[in-house]
Amino acid sequence: MKKIFIDEQYCIGCRLCEIYCQVKHSKSKKILKAFREDQPGTLARVLVEEIGSNSFAIQCRHCEDAPCTGACISGAMAKNENTGVVICDEEKCVGCWSCIMVCPYGVIKRDIKSKKVASKCDLCFDEEEPVCVKNCPNEALKIKEI
Amino acid sequence: MPLKLNQSEFVVERDLNKCISCEVCVRQCSNDAHEYDADDKTVLSEASKCVGCHRCESLCPTEAITIRKKAAEFKDNSNWQQAHIKNIYKQAETGGVLLTGMGSDKPHTVYWDHILFNAAQVTNPSIDPLREPMEIKTFIGAKPEKLEIEKNDSGFKLKSKLGPHLELSTPILFSAMSYGSISLNACKSLASAAYSFGTFYNTGEGGMHKDLQHFAKNTIVQVASGRFGVNRQYLRSAAAVEIKIGQGAKPGIGGHLPGEKVTADISSTRMIPEGSDAISPAPHHDIYSIEDLAQLIYAIKEATDYLKPVGVKVSAVHNIAPIASGIVRAGADFVAIDGFRGGTGAAPQAIRDNVGIPIELALAAVDTRLREEGIRHKAAIIIAGSIRSSSDIIKAIALGADAVYIGTAALIALGCHLCQKCYTGKCNWGIATQDPYLTKRLNPSIGTKRLSGLLRAWSHEIKEMLGGAGINAIESLRGNREHLRGINLSEIELSILGIKHAGQAW
Repeated sequence: MKKIFIDEQYCIGCRLCEIYCQVKHSKSKKILKAFREDQPGTLARVLVEEIGSNSFAIQCRHCEDAPCTGACISGAMAKNENTGVVICDEEKCVGCWSCIMVCPYGVIKRDIKSKKVASKCDLCFDEEEPVCVKNCPNEALKIKEI
Repeated sequence: MPLKLNQSEFVVERDLNKCISCEVCVRQCSNDAHEYDADDKTVLSEASKCVGCHRCESLCPTEAITIRKKAAEFKDNSNWQQAHIKNIYKQAETGGVLLTGMGSDKPHTVYWDHILFNAAQVTNPSIDPLREPMEIKTFIGAKPEKLEIEKNDSGFKLKSKLGPHLELSTPILFSAMSYGSISLNACKSLASAAYSFGTFYNTGEGGMHKDLQHFAKNTIVQVASGRFGVNRQYLRSAAAVEIKIGQGAKPGIGGHLPGEKVTADISSTRMIPEGSDAISPAPHHDIYSIEDLAQLIYAIKEATDYLKPVGVKVSAVHNIAPIASGIVRAGADFVAIDGFRGGTGAAPQAIRDNVGIPIELALAAVDTRLREEGIRHKAAIIIAGSIRSSSDIIKAIALGADAVYIGTAALIALGCHLCQKCYTGKCNWGIATQDPYLTKRLNPSIGTKRLSGLLRAWSHEIKEMLGGAGINAIESLRGNREHLRGINLSEIELSILGIKHAGQAW
């Protein structure tokens, strides 16, 4: 499957990945509308961690043996057998946050503003390339087949 | 509040209908011109801190920011121009020398813009470089007096011995820019673009960083007045050695890399203590004459077993023609001449804008002088000092240059917006800085692609212009000033350039 790789050497901490991720997962998919009118706002599913001059963007690693899928009590979190992408079915998610407790990377967030569901990277499965990768101005995020 | 005589140079316009308060501009500005107000959830800007580098504008996802020049606020005065008044305010306040970066921005004549190139019509056919071979390969080094060829059983063989030379796939090299004046990522981009394109970059006086040693075959190393980073391996691993006497932006002036920029990495590359100021004296203290220069040239040739071309870089000053003649007679294999519009990381503004002569006149004068003395073949001429386009290159070659160095153009390709604040070390584009938060912004793999793109584009344009003039090899254009015509130039300018005025036929 394809996975997103992070070159932390060249992450400039601009957080454009977060912004475009928010837009992509918003109702309108338009940047101005997403930040202005789509209320409550959408969460970014990629997160830039930063200490001093070191920073990197991290999103769901789509683990081979994803602990979140095992921990999920409602069967919402599941790994697609064909694509390998771990996706949370928002219709099924009951917001128990078990996935958050077991995620070794801390990349699942509580979306309490809109629906009470676990919010995580879906690898932009309906796009040619994830929007965080596409919009990184310094090519610090790359998607590669592994 | 203290009295503020100098007002902001720029206006930061923020379209509040478009600003989403994402804070990208806040995070990107090393001058702290933007600030997020958490109470109001808005971004505020302080124009007085803006240097006009356009980083925020380039990264703003909604195009909400426009950086504009602030309109003149003084009464019109052709004598006391705004720059004079502002500089006096600044100097009266600080009592210091005005520093600046990049090349002169003063409106002196740019002779390239007064020279027009020729094309073939009827009496000689033009050539389409996409369909017919076109040679722009260039050699840098001394040429033999004459070529002797002997015939043996297997065919013809070159009998004359050729001296060491550099082989360039295009007549463009990257100028000397040291690690220290620019970031390691900028150096990596230059080195790897030179390597992949088959040309050369120049270490400047920064020494050769260990990560760049595998590009040594595409490296010209510099020996300058501070002798930083110079050792046996440095000289022997490089493709050529350049003795730096002067720089176009600041002839007669040395260099000073402040101690705070001398990080552990730079200290080991330059071979000086960490945190110590790296001072390049104004002169080489062992070179006070052409004879002294000859000694250093031959000392380096000895050290490199006469296997590498050794050149000398000088800035274009009033006596450049006899100086160049002396350099060639001292044994240099190439002479690099840097014109007064050449760039720099830091120079006193008074010197940058007032000292030296334009490269076009210097080049014409040197080429003419060396031809008259019958020694033009003994050294190649590389010129520098504001080569802005492929047409500048083709005109330079027709005026007599073998190749050109590009510095500012290369940095622009890497994102430089010519804000002229290199000396502050806060370059938002990750070029003229050593701050790890800023240097990351220049990803060398992107930098390499962009520089290679520029070289490819300019090489293609050079071929197109050569073809249009009916020439199929750049060697046939070199020094062929009949292909040039001046426009709006005086008799004396035309005579120094050695070209006819537009409208004059052969």
